Amino acid sequence: MPSILSISGVSKTYATGFTALKQVNLDIQRGEIFALLGPNGAGKTTLISIVCGIVNRSSGTVTVDGHDIGRDYRAARSLIGLVPQELTIDAFETVWATVNYSRGLFGKPANPAFVEKVLRDLSLWDKKDAKAITLSGGMKRRLMIAKALSHEPRILFLDEPTAGVDVELRQDMWAMVRRLREDGVTIILTTHYIEEAEAMADRVGVINRGEIILVEGKAELMRKLGRKQMTLELRAPLDSVPDGLSHYALELAPDGNQLTYTYDNQSDRPGVASLIRDLEAAGVQFRDLDTKNSSLEEIFVNLLRQEP
Amino acid sequence: MNLRAAMNLRAAPNFRAVWAIYRVEMARAFRTVLQSIISPVISTSLYFVVFGSAIGSRITEIDGISYGAFIVPGLMMLSLLTQSISNASFAIYFPKFVGSIYELLSAPVSYLEIIIAYVGGAATKSILLGLIILATAALFVPLRIEHPFWMVAFLVLTAVTFSLFGFIIGIWAKTFEQLQLVPLLIVTPLTFLGGSFYSIHMLPGIWKTITLFNPVVYLISGFRWSFYGKADVSVGVSLGMTLVFLAVCIAIVAWIFRTGYRLRN
Ligand SMILES: Nc1ncnc2c1ncn2[C@@H]1O[C@H](COP(=O)(O)OP(=O)(O)OP(=O)(O)O)[C@@H](O)[C@H]1O
Ligand SMILES: [Mg+2]
Repeated sequence: MPSILSISGVSKTYATGFTALKQVNLDIQRGEIFALLGPNGAGKTTLISIVCGIVNRSSGTVTVDGHDIGRDYRAARSLIGLVPQELTIDAFETVWATVNYSRGLFGKPANPAFVEKVLRDLSLWDKKDAKAITLSGGMKRRLMIAKALSHEPRILFLDEPTAGVDVELRQDMWAMVRRLREDGVTIILTTHYIEEAEAMADRVGVINRGEIILVEGKAELMRKLGRKQMTLELRAPLDSVPDGLSHYALELAPDGNQLTYTYDNQSDRPGVASLIRDLEAAGVQFRDLDTKNSSLEEIFVNLLRQEP
Repeated sequence: MNLRAAMNLRAAPNFRAVWAIYRVEMARAFRTVLQSIISPVISTSLYFVVFGSAIGSRITEIDGISYGAFIVPGLMMLSLLTQSISNASFAIYFPKFVGSIYELLSAPVSYLEIIIAYVGGAATKSILLGLIILATAALFVPLRIEHPFWMVAFLVLTAVTFSLFGFIIGIWAKTFEQLQLVPLLIVTPLTFLGGSFYSIHMLPGIWKTITLFNPVVYLISGFRWSFYGKADVSVGVSLGMTLVFLAVCIAIVAWIFRTGYRLRN
């Protein structure tokens, strides 16, 4: 299936001389949820701004559903909805006016019923006549989402949608993102909350200092780079790890009551089953065991640590 | 991006976007209706009280026109110029300032459409304002308009030209100070010295020559001609100068759009 968004060789050097993106290549699949992770200043917003037409690229090409963002910018931009990182709304407009304005700006005929549905879905309907300036931060965030959805985009960019948003709204947003995906909308989000990417994304891209350092399906990423840990609660404390088990590189807790086994999913180290057999053979008995996958966060931190 | 692509002549124009922007700009004017309508009425009345009565009692007529009636075209031009510039510069500066311009830049609109919408909105407002001033003035002095077609032509041409000029200032300005700078330091003095309240023939020789370098003189002179058939400089020259200024503004805007100057960088 051809990708819906194709970024190739995109670089950006700002007027200050700072190079924010270096030869970025990225393909986004139709209908997927893609999480772009990266530390502050990595270039996430710059990349999104280029695709959306807010910032001119220094070089490279971007096509949206086959439309070049330069030559065919109307077709390209019509497909895209953007919720920017900053809360930037004309404070003196009402919710209703500003959402309808967005729809008009994107060339869509007026459709009050649709706009009403968007506002209801985002729990903004009872605020429709309120001026933006009177809304709380979370409501403003939702208003910006409503504006982005007002013209029925096929690709939605969410630039840190949940920054400074409470748990309830965050969950509402996740639910909304899932609904949109069911409707076939492609979603690209940036976030600092890695659990968000972990919960939502189909694929994850990591960007650091203007370079994409990794793009991977979330499941493969967790499998490849994730590590597992098994912890055993022992019946009787041990003084040291029995000799027959030394090749497992087990860690013994200082009080001798716990053994921890860490293994990568891909390594050729022996599996859990053989460990348990060997434990039995060595006469080590345990009361309980617990296994844990490393989170995307740990993977992410490890990745960035490896960067020069 | 070349100009052809910037204007995007290949794809269908986005009239809905033009209309959406235009409507928001007009709605803003009606929201601040007090400021938009009442204040020019008051200030025009004050001009008549101060200039019309105080000076008018000494200068009874210029070129055979009563002083009160003589200053009407100049007053209209004064407001037209300052309001066109401030409307248009603010309209584009404000979203830049609060950041909401991201939406305009990410929308499928061409630069030409952006211009038509913003400049159209600003020009409409200042034309309405000019007409309000005209109506107010009619309460104080007897008016006559000898060349209504040219009166409207000068009104529209000036409003459009200076809205375009204001748009450029709004894009160029990085701070509110800069936004005020050009209108305050250049346009207002030029307008006051442009023969709004006197005929340049009343000035001593050297000043008369200097005045001819003031572009506003040509606007006011041409506009006054459309009212009373009397001009300081010939109408053809007035019209020519206005068109030259319009052309200069269009050239600057075209350059801004080709380069993305202060918009997409
Ligand atoms: N207009 C600009 N002029 C000059 N440098 C800029 C400009 N905008 C961004 N930068 C720089 O480009 C780099 C990337 O910025 P960008 O906003 O894309 O990062 P980000 O990944 O979105 O960060 P964050 O997570 O903090 O939002 C930063 O070093 C930033 O300082
Ligand atoms: Mg950012």
